[in-house]
Amino acid sequence: MLATRFPFSAAVAATALAAVSVAACGGGSGGGGAETPVADCELGQTDGPLRLFNWAEYIDEEQVAEFAQQFGVEYSIDAFESNESMQALVSAGNSNFDLVVPSDYMVGIMIAGGHLMQLDPDAIPNVTNIAEGFRDPGFDPGSAHSVPYQWGYTGIAVNTDVLGDDFPRTWGLIFGPEADEYSGRISVLNGARDALGAALKYLGYSVNTTDQPQLDEASALLADAKENILAFDTDAADDFLISGETVIAHSYSGQVFAAALATDDPEKFEFFVPEEGGIRWVDNFAIPFDAPHPCTAHTFINWMLQGEQHARLTNWNSYGSPNDAATEFLDPGVGDSVAPDRLAGAADLIEGLLDTGDFEIQYTDAFIRAKG
Amino acid sequence: MTAPTVTQVQPQVASADLEARRTAKERRFGLLLALPGYGYLIMLFVVPLVMVSVYSFGTRDRFGQTQFDRLSLDAYGRLADPIVRDILFRSLWLAILTTVICLVVAYPFAYFMATVPQQWRNLMLVLVMIPFWTNFLVRNYAWRVILGTDGPLSDITSLVGLGDIRLLFTQWAVVLGMVYGFLPFMILPLYASIDRIDGRLLEASRDLYATPWQSFRHVLLPLSMPGIIGGSILVFIPSLGAYVTPEILGGAKTTLMGSYIVNQFQGARDWPLGSALSVVLILIMLLSTVIYFRKDTVRT
Amino acid sequence: MSRLPVTRGRARLAFQANVVVIFVFFYVPIVLLVLFSFSASRNAGEWGGFTFAWYEEFAGDRATKDALQASLKVAAVATAVSVVLGTMSALALERFRFHGRRVFDALMYLPLIVPDVTMAIMLLLFFSEATELLGISRGFGTIALAHIAFSISTVSVVVRARLGGSDDRLEEAARDLYASRWQAFRHVTLPIMMPGIIGGGLLAFTISLDDVVVTQLVTGPGWTTLPVHVFGLIRRGVTPLINAVSVVMLLGSMLLVVLALLVSRLSGQDSKYIH
Repeated sequence: MLATRFPFSAAVAATALAAVSVAACGGGSGGGGAETPVADCELGQTDGPLRLFNWAEYIDEEQVAEFAQQFGVEYSIDAFESNESMQALVSAGNSNFDLVVPSDYMVGIMIAGGHLMQLDPDAIPNVTNIAEGFRDPGFDPGSAHSVPYQWGYTGIAVNTDVLGDDFPRTWGLIFGPEADEYSGRISVLNGARDALGAALKYLGYSVNTTDQPQLDEASALLADAKENILAFDTDAADDFLISGETVIAHSYSGQVFAAALATDDPEKFEFFVPEEGGIRWVDNFAIPFDAPHPCTAHTFINWMLQGEQHARLTNWNSYGSPNDAATEFLDPGVGDSVAPDRLAGAADLIEGLLDTGDFEIQYTDAFIRAKG
Repeated sequence: MTAPTVTQVQPQVASADLEARRTAKERRFGLLLALPGYGYLIMLFVVPLVMVSVYSFGTRDRFGQTQFDRLSLDAYGRLADPIVRDILFRSLWLAILTTVICLVVAYPFAYFMATVPQQWRNLMLVLVMIPFWTNFLVRNYAWRVILGTDGPLSDITSLVGLGDIRLLFTQWAVVLGMVYGFLPFMILPLYASIDRIDGRLLEASRDLYATPWQSFRHVLLPLSMPGIIGGSILVFIPSLGAYVTPEILGGAKTTLMGSYIVNQFQGARDWPLGSALSVVLILIMLLSTVIYFRKDTVRT
Repeated sequence: MSRLPVTRGRARLAFQANVVVIFVFFYVPIVLLVLFSFSASRNAGEWGGFTFAWYEEFAGDRATKDALQASLKVAAVATAVSVVLGTMSALALERFRFHGRRVFDALMYLPLIVPDVTMAIMLLLFFSEATELLGISRGFGTIALAHIAFSISTVSVVVRARLGGSDDRLEEAARDLYASRWQAFRHVTLPIMMPGIIGGGLLAFTISLDDVVVTQLVTGPGWTTLPVHVFGLIRRGVTPLINAVSVVMLLGSMLLVVLALLVSRLSGQDSKYIH
């Protein structure tokens, strides 16, 4: 009996410690609709270094260095790999990051959790440079917590050598009878909301539906389409298309466009948003609720919103710019991937992803069921 | 081992008291030796594990936060879903297959390594490890190119008249990728344990007219059991939870345990379900390990 | 100790063939990525002509170089600590009877059993509380602590595989010959364990160098490790650059190994194991 006494007391102590910390944690993270801290910053104020947490290769380090030098602050840039991993880290608290770049729906999730700081508009006057269509978005009413960074579409990229120029620009290329001809040469984005969103659009529903029968229908459609699908892949959709492994790729505009441009024959590939509509995504600047240096972050956001600086960002990463003032500084050709003529259907059929609350579980479930 | 040790030859009378004092001292020393690792694991492993277990009794609120105002077993109830069972069995099958292949391939390799001169062993050891100091994503992507439609493998198979073998995005590609990724985790423990075996035991069995199979079965195999167990654990468990290789080489067309858990924690932000699933998995593993070792001690 | 019998004739040929096949298997992807690191095409699997461009880009890319440095620092510290703790634990478990041994035994296997993702969530929860309690900030400390937590067990398993197949007669004999505990350890036990320690250390280093899942949930400002960075680069579709980074790491590790072999050769510490 003696042999077991020590570890058990240790285990009891550990459990007690853990229970205390979970209780503390549960209290801290609060419930939905938690109050968010409000920033109070002066224009141009800095309160320490800039700790930027961004997607990889999304900003030229030299640009950040220039800001840091101009304002006499230190800086660091770190990369995250998905919205979800960034959110988990930041929402847990004490992440020490001052500025993050979540996508639309994730901004909504983080606001709901009370994990983003309410911005101080006085410190960001350049926000007026943001184009009309990006103000007051559904995921952040009144743009209180976020400022648009870059944007693009989710749609289909095809190899026109195989499909020709005269093919129906529809989601049917993945889900309809049209797909049978290209069986085994189709890739679909490997995310519940992306993949099911495409199926929902083909069926004429909203990508943010919270109607179970509609979702079930989309799930069944995806399950049927599976025999034609080569792979579910988000990162290499462009590689597959260009190497000839696939001829139809469900993909993001910027990624596949940049990849196609790098080939000898970019004309061979066409990206479009199907006539049934697609998804528009927007990445945004936002400040974590417990950012140690929020005012430096405000100053950086305001600095980046200047036309010249934002154009520099766009010229460097080739995604779409939501900044009107940047237009005149853009390199020729940049932004083609999001030009209006990429839309096969009406612009009002384009939707953005929103957090669906409880229903997120059903999306994940439906995706797993569709895959089998 | 039953061979008499030197201590047993000493006079019995003097050794009884000596032995007792020595045992007490040994115990203290053993505990002292274990304490740092013990403490570390309790702090950085047991405490966090308890924290996660607590989450499995919470509920996911509308915003994806976990609430504890009422403790519930809902998350465990949802594990009864037949799809979870299917995913578990599919993952188990792939993990077992991977472990068996690794074992069969690595055993002769490790044995051979133990028979070559010392300087060659070091070289072989290093050669085994070097590929793994690149980056595992990059290695997976390299396999994707090899197994692809116009990749080197299909070139070779069509050259030798096997036709176009399409491996990429099948379960076989997943197994191949996992064997590649986990083989060193089998080779190293096996080598460490086989190398320790006294060669005279094998020679003796041969002198007693044992066939090679008999000496393997009755001498080599039992003596190398710690390596087999160690290696199998190091391969089996990560294969069961693997999700990067199945996604990259399998095309994510079927869901395995690893990606199911990732989906719960990240996509659905359903921490209670993810935690419950982890707790159940850990309990199953722990139970089977305990049963395995119990059986082992009973036998010897 | 006498060495294992060397098989002869056809059996030996089969063994050698197995070794060759395994090495070919190990190195085919490596050859490929070396090749493609010189490809001018930006797309994976497409040969676009010879170029040094990706190496030049790597040389000028501070983010990638920082990430490489961060990874090496973390891996070095995590490996060193987990080798010491793991070896001590293995020794305690294999050579001593003490109170709580069985529980410690089970505890040692736990980190191997827990799926990566769960481990990541566990440590995320833990550090969000502990950083304040322990007075450390997220970054090097938290990543290293996390890597050590899952490497101790790996080292311990490999060292135990080494110790477990043997009995402790040699150590006993040394002790009976009035060697002190330290002398018996230094001259008998340690050499016996050495291959296990090296093997365990190599695996621990590899695991640390490859981990994305746990690292990305315990990281802090300034500590994006290489695999996390690479994951991000792949998401942005910059594959040849990653190949170039891999080749640089490959060369670096080969250089280190050659140096280590040279040093051990010169100091005569090599191959002094008891056989």
